[in-house]
Amino acid sequence: MSLIALLISGLFVNNFLLSRFLGLCPFFGVSKKTESALGMGIAATFVMVIASAVTYIIQQYILVPFDVVYLQTVMFILVIAGLVQFVELYLRKFQPDLYNMLGIYLPLITTNCAILGLALLNVTKGLNFIESVVHAVGAGGGFTLALMLMSGIRERLELAQVPKAFSGLPIAFITAAIMALAFMGFSGMI
Amino acid sequence: MNSILLAGIIGGVSSFAIGIVLAYFAKKFAVHIDPKIKEIASLLPQVNCGACGFANCETYATAVASGKAEAGRCVPGGSDVAKKISAIIGAESVAIEKKLARVICAGGKDCKDSFVYGGIKTCKAAVLVDGGQKSCQYGCLGFGDCTRICPFDAIHMGDKGLPVVDDKKCTGCGKCVEECPLLVLELVPAPKKTWVMCKSKDSPAETRTNCSSGCIACRMCEKVCPVDAVHVNDNFAKIDYSKCIDCGECARKCPVKVIHHDIPKMVASISDSCIGCTICAKNCPVGAITGELKKKHMVDAAKCVGCGICVTKCPKKAIVLKKAK
Repeated sequence: MSLIALLISGLFVNNFLLSRFLGLCPFFGVSKKTESALGMGIAATFVMVIASAVTYIIQQYILVPFDVVYLQTVMFILVIAGLVQFVELYLRKFQPDLYNMLGIYLPLITTNCAILGLALLNVTKGLNFIESVVHAVGAGGGFTLALMLMSGIRERLELAQVPKAFSGLPIAFITAAIMALAFMGFSGMI
Repeated sequence: MNSILLAGIIGGVSSFAIGIVLAYFAKKFAVHIDPKIKEIASLLPQVNCGACGFANCETYATAVASGKAEAGRCVPGGSDVAKKISAIIGAESVAIEKKLARVICAGGKDCKDSFVYGGIKTCKAAVLVDGGQKSCQYGCLGFGDCTRICPFDAIHMGDKGLPVVDDKKCTGCGKCVEECPLLVLELVPAPKKTWVMCKSKDSPAETRTNCSSGCIACRMCEKVCPVDAVHVNDNFAKIDYSKCIDCGECARKCPVKVIHHDIPKMVASISDSCIGCTICAKNCPVGAITGELKKKHMVDAAKCVGCGICVTKCPKKAIVLKKAK
């Protein structure tokens, strides 16, 4: 699969939020304001790219040679958690502004299933190092895109006269469902 | 057995390695955070109201700890919090004058609509359409933007279509004052229970046609105020709180009942320890105290407005205020 196709696939066709339904927690939790949605998206993309690279190395140079591929999930979670901790330490020291902007979202990403899902998908798809990273960029971009779209819609919904029973989270769920339907339209592209 | 051992070793070794690396970098990238910040932040109410001029409680705490801001800026916290924070940073404590938000409009349902507004139900949206649907351009529109912004749940819409401030919950942070597009809300010193509920600059005749509760600038309050604290400017009465003694005489005499006052009327009464020095009689702004020199003085309950000036002037502390019958 060519790199561009991988990128497009992550962005639209196999959008992590709207087609694979991974990482739905921040999709509803952080999509009330565009600013925080963008922050969460960037943080997730950042961690996704690093996690894909590191988990590829773990998979190829530890799990496969020692024949312990069944430890995949445990090891990936371990590595991702450690990685997020490290990124947090680094940002707090050298990029305090970015650290403050990301706030609680950064440690929350540790337990985000989109990251683990991506790492496991890279392995199942049999992607090489470069492909894994590109796939991560595409997935992260798709994640950010979906979050931004959702937050934009939700900001407008604030001003709309929604029936009382639907106001708040219910209308957000309905919106997400319609968005997922719309993203199904991309499925024939690749 | 072998595979269990191998899994244990690989898991253990990599966890240990990650732990070591993280511990090393945690030390290396350690950021020194002033412990005072946490202490100060725990005292603050954590509602992020912004009354201190900072974005949130955390940044204010940081600014105080580093000496960039003074301790007495947290309005919701009040003097109590200011005192504790001053103790932490070792500065002298400052007293904060507590204020409460007051609604400067008595219109609501008494104020006529000039058109039917069918747009988004917020004051900010309504005010964009020719200044709002009310015929009075200074009055409350009643969509309750202030009730939604209040971080303390202290403002609610009342029966009259006007917001009502809950004195017990209001901390005087001023969020509602900023939020109101028509500046209907104002901060008034907390002990004062008297305020004018109108700020219409229209001519009295215009105000009268628009609203049955508006100030008609008759200047009755000016005449009856014992301490010269209320004045009519721009066609509405305004109270100078540095002078006001909260006697409520203006509210009782106001023909349109646009001055709010909810303390029962007080009347001065002179006890037997009066020595007849006549100081009270000289100071009484309404001439309600009479009596001869060196004899016990009397208060004319019908004239007395309960302002309490005589109480403060009496050298023998012989005068007390009692509830009027």
